[in-house]
Amino acid sequence: MSSNRKLEPSSLSLNDLPWQIRYSNERCTLCGQCTAVCPVKAIELSVFRKRRIKTSVNKNKDHSNQYDTFYGIQQKTQVENACIGCAMCTMACPNDAITPVKNPGLDRLKFHINQKGIPRRRGGRRNSSFSVLDRIKFTRISMLTDPALDAGRHEFEMRTLLGRVLPPEENMKRLKEKGWIPPVREIYPLMIGGMSFGALSPTMWEGLQMGVAYLNEELGMPVRISTGEGGCPPRLLRSRFLKYVILQIASGYFGWDEIIHAIPHMKEDPCAIEIKYGQGAKPGDGGLLMWHKVNKLIAAIRGVPQGISLPSPPTHQTQYSIEESVAKMILSMSMAWGFRVPVYPKISASSTSLAVLNNLTRNDFASGLAIDGEDGGTGAAYTVSMDHMGHPIASCIRDNYLNLTKIGKQNEIPIFAGGGIGKNGNLAANAAALIMLGASGIQIGKYAMQAAAGCVGTEEDRCNVCNVGICPKGITSQDPRLYRRLDPEDVAQRIVDLFLAFDTELKKIVAPLGRSTSLPIGMSDALGIDDYAAAERLSIKYVV
Amino acid sequence: MCRLFALTSEDPVSPMLAIKALDVMKEGHDGSGVGILLQDLGGPFEEMKDAPILSGIFSEKGIRRLDLFMMDQGFLTKYKISLKIPKKTIEGIPRRDLYLIRAYELPEDWDNLDQEEISKRLMMMRLKIREMGEEKKDMIVFSFWPDTIMIKEIGDPMQLAEYLGLDRKELNARIIMAQGRQNTNYAINLYACHPFFIRGYCTMTNGENTAFTPIKDFLSSRDFPGYMGYQSDSEVFAHILHYSMVGLDLGLDAYKHVITPLQEDDLQQHPDAQFLSHLKRSCRPLIIDGPNCIIGTLPDHSLFMVQDRKKLRPGVVGGKPGFFGFSSEICGLDAVIPDRDKTKDIQPMHIDTAIVSPDRQEVKICRQTESLNLPL
Repeated sequence: MSSNRKLEPSSLSLNDLPWQIRYSNERCTLCGQCTAVCPVKAIELSVFRKRRIKTSVNKNKDHSNQYDTFYGIQQKTQVENACIGCAMCTMACPNDAITPVKNPGLDRLKFHINQKGIPRRRGGRRNSSFSVLDRIKFTRISMLTDPALDAGRHEFEMRTLLGRVLPPEENMKRLKEKGWIPPVREIYPLMIGGMSFGALSPTMWEGLQMGVAYLNEELGMPVRISTGEGGCPPRLLRSRFLKYVILQIASGYFGWDEIIHAIPHMKEDPCAIEIKYGQGAKPGDGGLLMWHKVNKLIAAIRGVPQGISLPSPPTHQTQYSIEESVAKMILSMSMAWGFRVPVYPKISASSTSLAVLNNLTRNDFASGLAIDGEDGGTGAAYTVSMDHMGHPIASCIRDNYLNLTKIGKQNEIPIFAGGGIGKNGNLAANAAALIMLGASGIQIGKYAMQAAAGCVGTEEDRCNVCNVGICPKGITSQDPRLYRRLDPEDVAQRIVDLFLAFDTELKKIVAPLGRSTSLPIGMSDALGIDDYAAAERLSIKYVV
Repeated sequence: MCRLFALTSEDPVSPMLAIKALDVMKEGHDGSGVGILLQDLGGPFEEMKDAPILSGIFSEKGIRRLDLFMMDQGFLTKYKISLKIPKKTIEGIPRRDLYLIRAYELPEDWDNLDQEEISKRLMMMRLKIREMGEEKKDMIVFSFWPDTIMIKEIGDPMQLAEYLGLDRKELNARIIMAQGRQNTNYAINLYACHPFFIRGYCTMTNGENTAFTPIKDFLSSRDFPGYMGYQSDSEVFAHILHYSMVGLDLGLDAYKHVITPLQEDDLQQHPDAQFLSHLKRSCRPLIIDGPNCIIGTLPDHSLFMVQDRKKLRPGVVGGKPGFFGFSSEICGLDAVIPDRDKTKDIQPMHIDTAIVSPDRQEVKICRQTESLNLPL
């Protein structure tokens, strides 16, 4: 701009942007790869004019003015083109000439991402890397009082139960009288949480499913995956692999017409039905698939028209109370599969979670409760929901587990924890801590995307454009030019890597605690934390 | 690590036999305490099999409070053994006023009660006395049950036995369980001392229980008043035994399936696979993770030993018809039953339950892979 030009309120300088492009004109070959790959068109090829002034102390000599022109990369400062820090330019550059750098100061962009009165929407997670789970240590190490076990050579049975487990007296009674015993699945304690076909690209979804099938069929690890709310491809519904899949139903009921019609053709029952009432990333808000991603395939699977945004209502519209929502829906779903399939709700962590749990304890058909903490991820949500709404997972799981312990139902309704587990890369440690606080199992989403597909999103607000279908890695895009970057076979391989590594790390945690024959659910005496208030709150040891 | 010794004999024998076994296994415990259970009693108690016997430690004040309480409840003393304590204090053994072993006559208004109700009331009375004692620190009660005596104290087993005069002729029994304690806690609480007793079921254990907290939480939430205490992580083994046999009406052969269920592949091969997988699931919080060797006795005077899934603790069973010993170490057996056929000694492994039934003729090994005697 010129110094005498009028400024608009949202005219920003590079210094106002959260990510700034560092560019070396000396190394650049002007190949154009970076500008082509940038998902938000934050950079462009520009012509720069440079004036050179030649002066001399000799007053008789001529003074001259010379204008040079050179070409290079320039960063745009418009709000809609603000760099997202994904660093695809760096990845594409053959000469390491370009990289985005986080603005070390306070960026001003966030005051302006509400043009035309629309608040910022994005994908990703809460932008905070703090994790109380990372501070929890495992302090009860067996050494001489009882021998530590060998994580590499000992036999382990790290399995959990998904389903309503009857109290022993009642279970034995019903067995004797040949009464109905609720279905229970014995599964691996780490599950892939609900990420829909639509939120994820076809290649990503296929990769996850292939990885899960391989883990089950070749490695004997009963890993389960939730579909998320977006239906399920018809071929999968009719295949034997359906038993590894948890079908999710949520308030939009997307894809359920197809699912219900496929029931008579199913070769296997699904592992379970997850009824999503809430999501940790945006508690109290419904699912959202923005129009950019609703292409022909997605529209067909979901049973909706193409090219329209699909906001699921915040609540299940056909029901108006917890009794209706929970009891009737669980019963209907159970009935649809002849009471052979566990049905459980997924809610966002909240100070009202206990009320839901108490309601479930009185419902014989409720098979568990999945609780998604504030650090959960999403494909699309309002930033305000993501950053400010929700409840941390650790204390929520602990409160719910202790409540079950108080009423003696800690083995009857398994609680599954999700949301930000492994957000800083410490997946096994975070998962083990939650299990010892009382979770029966762990659901991961973002971690799988990061580890298995190279998602670049971080808690520093990096990338986070999953909502608009321009995922530079092809993970959350429905644009074939983008999702072809991702090979489903590679994703499957990485899913297997992830689970095998997790399994070893989990053993490396439980073996020194002297545990191997059962998952140490509620073994809170093993835990310590260096924060007195947190220790008190979680009823674990305070250690310094 | 503690050391355990238990015996079952056709003829009543002195508890000194078990103490002798603990003494030869001294290298394995630090002499920080001893716990003894006598059941199927001989001597004067032979004639009063139905009279509940209160065992515990009392201060002068405590015994007065106890007497008042028992009279209030309508209990009259039928017989007692007074353990005379020498005047000279022995280092390491605390000075107590009274070690009580007293048999009571049941109140008349209990005459029409059925056995279940009597059992329940006896347990509730023991819990009440315990609560009263904890409040004023003047009473410690170990058991209140017919045909059962328990003695627990801090100190070296042999020194203690001599100090308390356990070789006296009135004290003998056909079932004896004794534990030499390794103190891994700094403060010694006698309620943390094995064996643990609940309504005729008794166990003692070698090793730590790494799954203690979830098991304790589960038992505490069963709405059964006797499932309490837990000053020791081993107390749960006695309560699980009671829960599986009384609460779930299972046989002793199922106990091991509760605490150390078979792994999935083995389970599917088992003749009672369906029953066992339901048992495994519904009793999941009762799975122990060892390392533990458990020796226990039942109301019918069967004696048994089980090992945890990993079999990380020593344990051997041997003897001759009419007399069998269960010991942490072979030297314990050698000390008590030197004339047995040692080739028949059995060291139960990870899927075994070794049982000597009340006829005391042989050691039966019940393998977890065999069919169960089910109440179905």
